Amino acid sequence: MGELRVIDGGGEVAVTTRLSDLLQWARKWSLFQYPFVTACCGMEFMSTAAPRYDIARFGAEAPRFSPRQSDVLWVVGTISQRQGPAVRRIWEQMADPKWVVAFGTCASCGGFYDNYTTIPGVDKVIPVDVYIPGCPPRPEAVLDALMLLQDKIQANDRKPIVVPPRLVPERAPGRTGEGNS
Amino acid sequence: MSQAVVDRLNAQFGERVLETSDAFGDHEVVVALKDWVEVAQFMKDDGDLQMDHFIDLTAVDYPERESARFDVVLMTRSSVTGARIRLRTHAKDGEEPGSLAGTWSGANWAEREVWDMFGIKFNGHPDMRRILLYEEFVGHPLRKDYPIDKAQPLVPYREVSDIDKLPPFGIEEGQPFARIDWESRLSGGDNQVSPALGVQQGQRRTLSDSEAAQQVQARIEERMAQEAPEDAAEEGSGE
Ligand code: SF4
Repeated sequence: MGELRVIDGGGEVAVTTRLSDLLQWARKWSLFQYPFVTACCGMEFMSTAAPRYDIARFGAEAPRFSPRQSDVLWVVGTISQRQGPAVRRIWEQMADPKWVVAFGTCASCGGFYDNYTTIPGVDKVIPVDVYIPGCPPRPEAVLDALMLLQDKIQANDRKPIVVPPRLVPERAPGRTGEGNS
Repeated sequence: MSQAVVDRLNAQFGERVLETSDAFGDHEVVVALKDWVEVAQFMKDDGDLQMDHFIDLTAVDYPERESARFDVVLMTRSSVTGARIRLRTHAKDGEEPGSLAGTWSGANWAEREVWDMFGIKFNGHPDMRRILLYEEFVGHPLRKDYPIDKAQPLVPYREVSDIDKLPPFGIEEGQPFARIDWESRLSGGDNQVSPALGVQQGQRRTLSDSEAAQQVQARIEERMAQEAPEDAAEEGSGE
């Protein structure tokens, strides 16, 4: 949360901040998601939502199958030209403020489907906030995306961003075979 | 096993069986377009053959072939004898083979798919509509002269200039390598890569098959010539 000021009144403590910061803070910890799942990436999405990776830690575990009740549109999987109108319509029905995550290479850029039938990236149809590369991305990358999105919400930043690879071994515990500490 | 089917068809239709083959044990019979439905119906009804299992019906496009552009291919099997057979016919652009939807109901959707992808209509089909693509789609995408990079979006694409994408995404989205530019190839050229990529001359390569085969052969021979003396030397030292 932005700037915090602590007022200590002898036994009673008050903390002040800006209203907008408080609002963004509330928003980023209660993201209701609309999963628009069309293809194989859905498996990783389920895995992320399941207890092992536990997306609930980020306050984003509640899926809403009505776009009118959701904040984040997860576009998970290949979007064909035929689905273009559907995904666009769903996005239009969502209430502001709303965010879009392109989950996987297909949703981000069309992936290896370079042909007449696939939309080369869902951003050709609706604006995307966070791109997650990978075919499919690992749940860790998805959680990275969620944290990136939270940062963006807090900073009120609508610039699209791609989840970077985890190059630093300390940030990828287990992959090097040592220490989860 | 399926040779019996070929023999039976030969005996029944004689001259009207244009061609038979059994490459790799896959038995195939070629008939004329006008005999298409009759032969198929016979295969299903005949007491010896009983080809009651419709497997698939599809088409192949040979844009360079003068006589007839398309092959229509039917694959069937008999659940009684286990025999399999492939029936093939040639169709010019615009010619309409008879529909097999009345013979095997499974052929209904397969024929719609062939219409959708290749633009071959089937005479007497109960419901000749597109099955996978949308009604607004113009053309038939599996024809080899369908423009390789032509999409027909239902939703207009956004102005993408404001999308500040970072690597790995960007201009070269998709995987446009290994595309064959049929338009230019049919007019005598032999470009391998689509016009959209033409600027990247490095990615273009010619693909005259015999030429490529010669090059590969030459490379193999060259390498063998290089390796041979070394091998001999190794053997020599081993002894
Ligand atoms: S990115 Fe890969 S895993 Fe995800 S939908 Fe596309 S093909 Fe499937």
